[in-house]
Amino acid sequence: MGSGRDWTWFHRLGSPRWFYETTGRWLPLLWAVTLALLVVGLVWGLLYAPQDAKQGNSFRIIYLHVPVSFLALAGYYIMAIAGAVGLIWKMKLSYMVMKSAAPLGAALTFLALFTGAVWGKPTWGTYWVWDARITSMLILLFLYLGVLALQYAFHSQDTGNKASAMLALVGTVNIPIIYKSVDWWYTLHQPATIKLTSAPSMHPDMFKPLLVMILAMYCFYALVLILNTRVEILQRERKTGWVRDLARQADTGPDNQ
Amino acid sequence: MSNAHNAGFTGYLQRDLLLAYRRHGEAASPLIFFLLVATLVPLGVSPEAGRLEPLAPGIIWVMALLATLLSTEGLFASDYQDGSLEQMIIAPQLLAMPVLGKVTAHWLVTGLPLTLVSPIIGIMLSLPSDGFIPMMASLALGTGCLSLVGAVGAALTVSLRKGGLLLSLLVVPLYMPVIIFGSATVQAGIDGLNWFAPLAILGAMLATAVALCPLAIAGALRLVSSN
Amino acid sequence: MQIEGANGSGKTTLLRLLTRALEASSGSVFYAGVDIDQCLYDYREQILYLGHQPGVKLNLSAEENLRWMSPASTAPEAIVSALADLGLRGYEDVPCYSLSAGQHRRVALARLLTSRAQIWLLDEPFTAIDKQGVAFLEQCMQQHLNQGGAILVSTHQDLAITGVRKIRVEPADDAGGF
Repeated sequence: MGSGRDWTWFHRLGSPRWFYETTGRWLPLLWAVTLALLVVGLVWGLLYAPQDAKQGNSFRIIYLHVPVSFLALAGYYIMAIAGAVGLIWKMKLSYMVMKSAAPLGAALTFLALFTGAVWGKPTWGTYWVWDARITSMLILLFLYLGVLALQYAFHSQDTGNKASAMLALVGTVNIPIIYKSVDWWYTLHQPATIKLTSAPSMHPDMFKPLLVMILAMYCFYALVLILNTRVEILQRERKTGWVRDLARQADTGPDNQ
Repeated sequence: MSNAHNAGFTGYLQRDLLLAYRRHGEAASPLIFFLLVATLVPLGVSPEAGRLEPLAPGIIWVMALLATLLSTEGLFASDYQDGSLEQMIIAPQLLAMPVLGKVTAHWLVTGLPLTLVSPIIGIMLSLPSDGFIPMMASLALGTGCLSLVGAVGAALTVSLRKGGLLLSLLVVPLYMPVIIFGSATVQAGIDGLNWFAPLAILGAMLATAVALCPLAIAGALRLVSSN
Repeated sequence: MQIEGANGSGKTTLLRLLTRALEASSGSVFYAGVDIDQCLYDYREQILYLGHQPGVKLNLSAEENLRWMSPASTAPEAIVSALADLGLRGYEDVPCYSLSAGQHRRVALARLLTSRAQIWLLDEPFTAIDKQGVAFLEQCMQQHLNQGGAILVSTHQDLAITGVRKIRVEPADDAGGF
């Protein structure tokens, strides 16, 4: 490899075993932080933040809806980047991360749509509104489902990974186009827009718990992604020595590890 | 050049056109599908011109999209099965060139006839007269995009047996911007607004697709062949 | 060079690695001392690969298929005579969906006569070919070698050709390094 630079740290990053062991050490902390932020954010937002002038208490769903939507979109990019790293540097671990990010992102997108519907009923009287944000979320869900379907469609896991990674990249290029197009389409047909998340006119007391929740969701995403990837690692590497040792240790009882 | 046979853009374009001509029944089916489903709409909605007219641009575009989607599945299938795909991949020329030739042939056999037949559907669905030229322009450019993007999905799923349904799932979300601007072009024409603006965006999408899709398709074909 | 090995031992994979249809996870292929990744265009111009599938389009005639697979400057008579040499005289204009699998193979093999490639990579070329055809092919291969070409063929049969080197491919073995 290159000009005397030591790339071993980079390639060590690609070792599933290293990932498993390192995350094992940090996992309890991550659990604690995530739970703390979630509890604080939810309690603050759902119980203590001031009521909205127009929407009353039903607007509180925003504390779930907005962070989840953020992560649903960010999650797609994370998945696509993991796929790209896997394609370029041929790292197995990267593909495992991508594989874990897909169902997580899809679930978050579904949750975003669901919370959007819950918000819609008291606010506009219907569960579904074809506004720009919701429609874009729906298309994002389809993009996720496509990546998921492609992963499991091939006999060879390697081919499935690479094909999903390619599709995720194609989707990445398209997401800005899709969002802009849907936005344009909506304003074309609905000049008086009632934006679902009009953040500008938000009172700071309403905004702070939202920030907490967004942070909490990022931690939650990281936590679940790591947990999923660890499971994926164990499954894929189940024939190797170190996984067998782990299983043996688990069988003989909770010895000191 | 010792082994450089007709392996470039024009070579594959001509070959695929010849193959489509030999299988003309198969090649005509997207067109017939287009006509058939356009007949379904009045049956399902209403025969009144007043109710069909506002829906016409959207319906024509959705039907054109479905017809193109249907025909995309077979784009690489026969080459994959008889071994021509492998020869395409190991040829010295850039894989993007044969790919572009094949997709262009596909458009000439699917998108272009759809565009030319669309006025008939327009009449059947009470499309206002101002909408005809924008409709044909938008279909001409839009079906080009649809062929290119559809080919990416076709390449990814060519080795799968029930690839058709998966192909639809992969490709339809990517088709959505095309249909948004395609039908908006027609609607703008009907409303007397400037329909060149959304058409220009369709053109930009087509240009981007021509630049990027062949690379994605080539990558997917190489991946699928390396089994 | 003859490649031998049991079924599934990787003979086809080896040949496909040489065409660069597959990428090796380790190691490289060299052509005339240069890694083929550096001179891919030149390398690929010089190879002719016949795999398990004949690469024959069913809706084209035998002649059209061969013309497609041959260099652009091949004379029409050369194509017809190549088909005749492979026992397909009179079948030139027949669409290939009317021909048998063995006849498809012959159309593909006719490429050996019209191609100007230096290196032949042949995967089980004698499948579904009768004794006469085998003898004729061996003759072609000998001629190619005499003219300075190279052949890598995977087959079970013993070849009646001078100067054959055999290598054996074992499964799960890093065969290679030549």
